[in-house]
Amino acid sequence: MSVWRIGRQIALKDLRIEWNSRVFVNQVLPFAGVTMVIFAFALDADSVLQRVAPGLVWLATMFSMLVLVQRSFAVETADGALDALRVAGIDPRAIYLGKAVALGVQLLVLEAVLLFAAVILYGQTIPADGVVLLVTTLISATCGLAAVGTLYGGLAAGFTGRETLLPLLTFPAVAPVLIGATRAVEAALGTAGAVVSDGWPWVGLLAVFAVAFGVGGALAFGPLIDE
Amino acid sequence: MTTTDPTFTGDQAAPGGNRTDERAGTGTRGTRIIGIATIVAMGWLVAFGLGFSPEDRDQRESVRLLYVHVPTIWIAYLAFTVTAVASGLYFFGKKKSLGWDRLAGASAEVGTAFVAVTLVIGAMWGRLTWGVFWQWDARLTTTALLFVTYIGYLAVRRLGGTHEQRARRSAVIGMLAVLEIPLVHWSVRLWRSLHQEATVLGTDGDVSMDGLMLFSLFVGVVAFSLLYVWLVLHRTRVMAMEDLLEDRGLDDAVAARRAEAAASTSGAAPAAPTQSAAHQEGTV
Amino acid sequence: MEDAGFIIGGYVLTFATVSFMAWRVLRAGKRLGKQVPDADKYWL
Repeated sequence: MSVWRIGRQIALKDLRIEWNSRVFVNQVLPFAGVTMVIFAFALDADSVLQRVAPGLVWLATMFSMLVLVQRSFAVETADGALDALRVAGIDPRAIYLGKAVALGVQLLVLEAVLLFAAVILYGQTIPADGVVLLVTTLISATCGLAAVGTLYGGLAAGFTGRETLLPLLTFPAVAPVLIGATRAVEAALGTAGAVVSDGWPWVGLLAVFAVAFGVGGALAFGPLIDE
Repeated sequence: MTTTDPTFTGDQAAPGGNRTDERAGTGTRGTRIIGIATIVAMGWLVAFGLGFSPEDRDQRESVRLLYVHVPTIWIAYLAFTVTAVASGLYFFGKKKSLGWDRLAGASAEVGTAFVAVTLVIGAMWGRLTWGVFWQWDARLTTTALLFVTYIGYLAVRRLGGTHEQRARRSAVIGMLAVLEIPLVHWSVRLWRSLHQEATVLGTDGDVSMDGLMLFSLFVGVVAFSLLYVWLVLHRTRVMAMEDLLEDRGLDDAVAARRAEAAASTSGAAPAAPTQSAAHQEGTV
Repeated sequence: MEDAGFIIGGYVLTFATVSFMAWRVLRAGKRLGKQVPDADKYWL
């Protein structure tokens, strides 16, 4: 069976587990929502919130992603499932692909919910001419985040004292995504005078990032989890 | 001379004239020469940096900090390149020699320390030139992210496990860091080029240097390069000994365990102490 | 020299840091060197 087919199976498995356990819906989404609320407590002024809303959406995404990644690998290390997959001879690239896709799907849902929250809580509007840019940004940023998250999640999985490594490794690595995605969403929403055409170079950066880490991650994942 | 040291093995004349009843440290003739050269070069750096070189037309005296700030970041880049190359040599090499892994780790440690110096001296320079310790311009932001990235690399090295596990993980992270840095650099550059108000604070540090200033910078580069080499040589040797002692400790524990097992099955008194001592003697 | 405090301070801080690193590695070398037989030291 090809890497793509096995990857699809693994992605479906992860998503099915998530659907059955409802951790995403019951814990991760509320956590993200609470984060959006307490941003407002910290930042006080409505005008400030309006200005920085795109950034807050992506910050909340980053924090929630840590939880999602740890969850994604917690299901593997319990009962040694990941090791079982490897011993069965499954190509690690397929495991990486499958888990990254599952993570990406959850991230997309998360981001959509956060955008919706930003519209309500931070007074954002989504202009019609920004929709294409917005959707493209979400997809390309998510691919990059999923690539990095799955890779470092695999490294940080399992042993106590390892999970705290995840944010330390992930955040510097996804800095380009945070920068690019925020600027692109600002352009899509027209924040602070940005126009839609400002956003497309950033989407280009996000795409390059996603490809670089997608390929790099697929190659590096095997050696990192083989212990 | 009597000694109660059970591992004393007699005349161990080490180069450089160490006392022969002590075992040698990490110093050799080579490192002593490099060490002295480093001290001399640092002396020149102080003399030229603080003394002979003139003040800058725009930056006045604060340019003197650049003779430390610029060499440390350049040598840090060199150090991280060495880390990446050594990581690759370990990872893709047939023999999987741990020496490459130790070189990668030692170089990253020194590199990270040098970046810390870069950031602190840079902040002091910024205070003098801009009036602020920090601003989010492209260079500072990227340097800060560089620092955190390699803190992460060093943390990965401390995850534990066998030396081979450490080497494999670190090699991957070390090579990925080289992938991350350009991406971070480009995104930050693009980002900050949009925000010209940040650079309104004044000069961004680029100085057109006249001869004597350029020479002072050159002295700084030489001094920190020598320092880098000296530190990495010593650190890799220390790491080799750490790995050796860790392996030895493991061997001893296994031998003791076997001795206990043998003793419990045969009912004889455990022979563990002499066994492990003999093991140690046997490797001398 | 104006701002002498900051500038000299910067140099002092740098050399203090660097000396500390050197002292640490030499001390570790001595300490471990006593525990490891010279035959195992590849640099000798």
